[in-house]
Formats: sequence, structure tokens, C-alpha cells
Amino acid sequence: MKHLVRALGGAAFLSVAVSGAASLMAACPAFAETTLTIATVNNGDMIRMQGLTSDFTAKNPDIAVKWVTLEENVLRQRVTTDIATKGGQFDVLTIGTYEVPIWAKQNWLIPLDNLGANYDVSDLLPKIRDAVSVGGKLYAAPFYGESSMMMYRTDLFQKAGLTMPERPTWDFVIDAAKKLTDKSAEVYGICLRGKAGWGENMAFLTAMANSFGARWFDEKWQPQFNSPEWKKTLTTYVDLMKEAGPPGASSNGFNENLALFNAGKCAMWIDATVAASFVTNPRDSRVADKVGFALAPNTGLGKNANWLWAWNLAIPSGSKKVEAAEKFIAWATGKDYTALVAAREGWANVPPGTRTSLYQNPDYLKAAPFAKLTLASIDSADPNHPTVKPVPYVGVQYAAIPEFQGLGTTVGQDFSAALSGAMTVDAALAAAQSSTEREMKRAGYPK
Amino acid sequence: MARQASPARVLTTTIAAWVVGFLIFFPILWMVLTSFKTELEAFSTPPSFLFFHWTTENYATVQGRSDYVHHAINSIVIAGGSTLIAMLIAIPAAWSMAFAPSPRTRDILLWMLSTKMMPPVGVLVPIYLIYRNFGLLDSRVGLVAVLCLGNLPIVVWMLFTYFKEIPKDILEAARMDGATIGKELVYVLTPMAVPGIASTLLLNFILAWNEAFWTLNLSTSQAAPLTVFIASYSSPEGLFWAKLSAASTLAIAPILVLGWFSQRQLVRGLTFGAVK
Repeated sequence: MKHLVRALGGAAFLSVAVSGAASLMAACPAFAETTLTIATVNNGDMIRMQGLTSDFTAKNPDIAVKWVTLEENVLRQRVTTDIATKGGQFDVLTIGTYEVPIWAKQNWLIPLDNLGANYDVSDLLPKIRDAVSVGGKLYAAPFYGESSMMMYRTDLFQKAGLTMPERPTWDFVIDAAKKLTDKSAEVYGICLRGKAGWGENMAFLTAMANSFGARWFDEKWQPQFNSPEWKKTLTTYVDLMKEAGPPGASSNGFNENLALFNAGKCAMWIDATVAASFVTNPRDSRVADKVGFALAPNTGLGKNANWLWAWNLAIPSGSKKVEAAEKFIAWATGKDYTALVAAREGWANVPPGTRTSLYQNPDYLKAAPFAKLTLASIDSADPNHPTVKPVPYVGVQYAAIPEFQGLGTTVGQDFSAALSGAMTVDAALAAAQSSTEREMKRAGYPK
Repeated sequence: MARQASPARVLTTTIAAWVVGFLIFFPILWMVLTSFKTELEAFSTPPSFLFFHWTTENYATVQGRSDYVHHAINSIVIAGGSTLIAMLIAIPAAWSMAFAPSPRTRDILLWMLSTKMMPPVGVLVPIYLIYRNFGLLDSRVGLVAVLCLGNLPIVVWMLFTYFKEIPKDILEAARMDGATIGKELVYVLTPMAVPGIASTLLLNFILAWNEAFWTLNLSTSQAAPLTVFIASYSSPEGLFWAKLSAASTLAIAPILVLGWFSQRQLVRGLTFGAVK
């Protein structure tokens, strides 16, 4: 037994010693002067960038790169904790257009003034550039941008004698969805997000509400869920999904709908433009050669039901390696990176939605048949004027205020409940109005 | 005299046990099967059970993208270190509470347990700031410390429960023979409680191995264990189930092997004192 106790003690001591030594070694990398820690999300474009890091380190032998890849929501929580406490764990962050204006105003981000002479800032798509700038200064560099659009099955449309207009109205979409639904064959007219969350169903429903003339808040920050526009939005959505949507739609997010569409079970799907490359990839999709694209629907009020989003690279103010971080960002979001991806992985794999020059490149336009509609969708979304009526906030499918994540998720749960039938549309809107009013009052917004 | 079970009853019980066992094991089996599917097959409905195109490309992708060995070593060091230190602290603590209780022992035990009722996110920011100031972020020492402290109440409680089963008279006899407290602890109590100590040790190791909140929040790359490795394969945009399943299979493999070899000790420990 004496041996057992000694062994336990020894092993514990050894474990602490080994981990301490490892931490010390980590603090002093031997091969490069500067080691950048980069936090990023797990998606195809980001993973491709990780694979091409050797190009950056070959050009900058004094800089080493360490990647921290996390799921979007985990990453958001992780980097928010670090940046709010100035933990200094990351040198480059991947953040969305929602965070950029909020964090820039908190002085949590360093303005990107030194991206080099070759970094053509004026080539960035104006809408995306606006979304990552505050007071005319760029606080993050867009890595890839996206909007949302209509994806539809050309074969099913042809069979039903329907033609999808380039700018469909909601009336056309509703009518087509009903005609294309064949529940006995498990083919549903339309697949839309239903899973609760500010970045899930509320991204879609807020954009849809914009097209119906609704808004989250009036100019005095009063919640507007009691407006007739919101009632029409939610009623249309719930009725359409009940009649022409897949079963269990209240659990469906991007991935679930992608799987349904790829399996040939959705005649129409309105979602992120990034999905276009997935549904047309024959490796993943059974309907790859039968997909058409159109703009997100409208009601003739001047706003389409599409959003605007970009994943961007930014430098937290806690970083002590700003110069190296700027070099990395200039490499990853510059024109040369686009050329590098095209040369190694083909034009179809180039990160989309950030630069004007990409949409003037004939090679890219040939490789990505959805490119023009992606650009048209991005151009038609205006984060500074997202709604028909004026609003005090910036953001198309969100309001760029810190409270929105919580509010969006709470309202998303109410609307998901309306879709599943657990609540009526009126009850869901009343609950959304009441909870949003309470939270906004608590946060001191209404004037 | 024990009642003899009829063959039909034995058969029914055996089948029921196998069904329950299979149901419990099914999620793990499904994860392993999914790891050998393509992303499209992993998402397809109705799902295919065995008749699909078997592929190891997910394992190749995971190996190519992440340093599995680095994360696995971190998991072993962090789970092993925190478990061993917790045991060294908890054995004397549980002894004193079981055999030399004070009027406040019960309150202390309940207070210790109450710390587990607080959601960890409630203390995330203070701990993050302390770790930042002491340079413990993304360090194995930091993770060993936080997991050790986090699991200590459960370890003390489990050991306390096992120790309570041991008759005081035996320890008193040792004392009569002149044993000091240290000798009593090492030569009398610990050997008698080996099954309990072993199962506590194993359960604590599994808890530390699976712990995701602190390991995700306090590590970035250098000290990141397998929980961080798994988290990097989830995505809200894109098909990832097959790759995530491959990463998860790799992550649970060491603990599954450990559990397999130590199952006898584990069961003995968990049923220790159950039948008197």
C-alpha cells in the first residue's frame, strides 16, 4: 500500500511537472519569432485556408500560425470571453458582421489601417465593406460574404409547367409550393428554417419580415411585433410550412434543409448563398444538375427576403502581435489568396462575396453558375436601410445591438413554437412583443 | 434456500438484459457506423444500417486536419493529473469525515456538494481573469487545477460513502495496536476500500476526460484536449456528421479501452456495500 500511495503521489507530481514544462515550452516557440493564434469557424473555406497556411509561412518565415477551429456558437462565446477580459489568447479572430460594429464601438478591435499598399480596399464589395466599417474605418477584413437566395428544382418546375422568375414574389412562391408538394412521394414544395435561434429561424424570418414591410423596432426602439406586418409575415410562414413544408420543420436549420434538398425532397429552398456550391456538388447532392437560382422573394415593397452576412478576420485589442496579424489578414483576404485558391483548388472553391474583381473574372463566372445571383443578392441587401420603414439599428437579419442575441433566440423560440403548433401565431407574437419590450426597457433603450 | 429460477425466466431476463444493453450501446455503435459513411449517407433518410459504401476517408480527413496525438496526450495528462491530485486530497478528507466527524461535518459535505449545483458559466469570468493574471490560460497546469477542484466534491462524497461502510472497530483495533493515523489510513483503510477507491478513480477520470466546458473555455491550442478536437468538427453550415463521428470515435477510443479492461473493478466498486 505504501507503494500505491507513492505511485499516486509520484504520478500526480509528474503530471504537473510535465504539463508545466509543456506550458513553458509553448511560451517559447523555437522555430519562429512570432506565433499567431487564429480563432476560426469550421466551414469549407476556413478549412481550405488552414490547408494553405504553408504559403503564408513560406512568405513570412518569422511567423508561425496556430489554428483554433470551433463551431460558430462555441467560438462566439469563447472569443467574447477572451476579448471582454483582454485575455490575449488570440491574435486574429473570425467574427461575423453582427459583432464588428458592436466590438469596434467597445474599442475591442484594432482598426485595420496597415494592410499594405497592395491591399485594394476599394475592390471590396461596397455593402460588405460598409458592414465591417465603423466611422469610415475598416475594423475587420471580409474573408467571405454571403446573402440568401432561392434555390429550386428545375426538373420539378418543368414537370409542373412553372417558370421561376428571377425576382419571384411571395404570392408566386406560395402558389408554386402548393402545386409542387407531393407528400406521398415525400417531395415538399418549400423547405425553410424552423429551428429556434437568432442565427437560425430568426435570420430567415427577420429577412422575410423586411420584405413584408415589418421591422423589429420603430425609431424610438419600441418593439413592433404587434404590427399587422409581423402578423402577416408569421401567418404566411406558418400556413405555407404547414401546407407545403416537410414534417418536423420546427427542428430544421441550415444543415437539415441542406440534407433534405440534396436528397431531392425540397422543390424550393431559401437559404444562404453558400449553399449553392453544396447543392450543385455531385459528390454531396443527388440533384446537383437540376438546381436553378433566383433572388429571394419580395412583396413589391422594395425589399427582398434576403440577408447579408460575412465572416471576417479582425485583430483583438489584447493582441501583442498586431504587425504579424495584419500581415496574415492581408494575405488571407487579399487578391493573391484568391489566385492561390484558384490555382490549387479551382475557381469554384474561391471564397465568394467579398471582392468586386472576383465577379468580373470570366473563369470564376464560368466555374460558379450561381455567382451573378450571389452578387445580385448581396447588392440588394442594405444593412444601413434594411426595412421599408425607418429603423434605429443597422443590420438586415439582426439589429446590431448587444442584446439582440438573447432577444433573437427568445423570439425565435416563440416563432418555432408557432410553427410546431404549440402556440398560435397571435400568442407567439404577443409573447415576442412582451419579452422584447421587457428586455429593451431593462436595457434602457426606449426613448 | 434460494428460489430456483425457471429456464423460461432465465431466458426472458437474459434477453431483456441484452436488449437494454444494446439500447444503451446503440448511440456509440451508430456513431462508429456513421464515421465510416460518406457525408451524404450520414444524412440520408431512411438511414442505412450496415449496407452502405464503407469508407475510411473521414478518418483520413480528421488525421490530416488535426493533431490527434497532441490532443490525446493533453487529455491523458489533464484527466490523469486532476484525478490523481483529487484522490490525494480526497482520501484523507473522506477519512476524517467518515471516522472523525465534527458536529459540522454533514454541513460541510452538503456545502461541498452545493458548489456542484452552480452552473460553471457563473464563475467563468472570475476564473478566466485569475487564470489570465497568473498566466494559466491554455496551460495543462491550469486545466489540471480547475478539473481537480471541480470534481473534488464528488470524489470526497463517493469515498466518504465507501468509507462509511467500513466498520470503525477495525480501525480502532489498529489504533489499539499502536498504528498512527497515517499508518491506519495507508495500511488498514485504503486496502479495505480498494474497490471503492478504484471505481472513484475511474469515474473521476471519465468525468475529467469528458469535461468540455472548462477545457473549451480555458484552452486554445497548446493545452487543448480531445473535447476541443471534437468541437472543431461541428458546423452550422455544411455537412459534418461523418467527420464529427470519426473525430468522436477517435476521442472516446482510449477511455473505452480503459473502461473495458477495468469493468470488473468498476462494477465491484459501484456495488460495494450494496448487499450486506
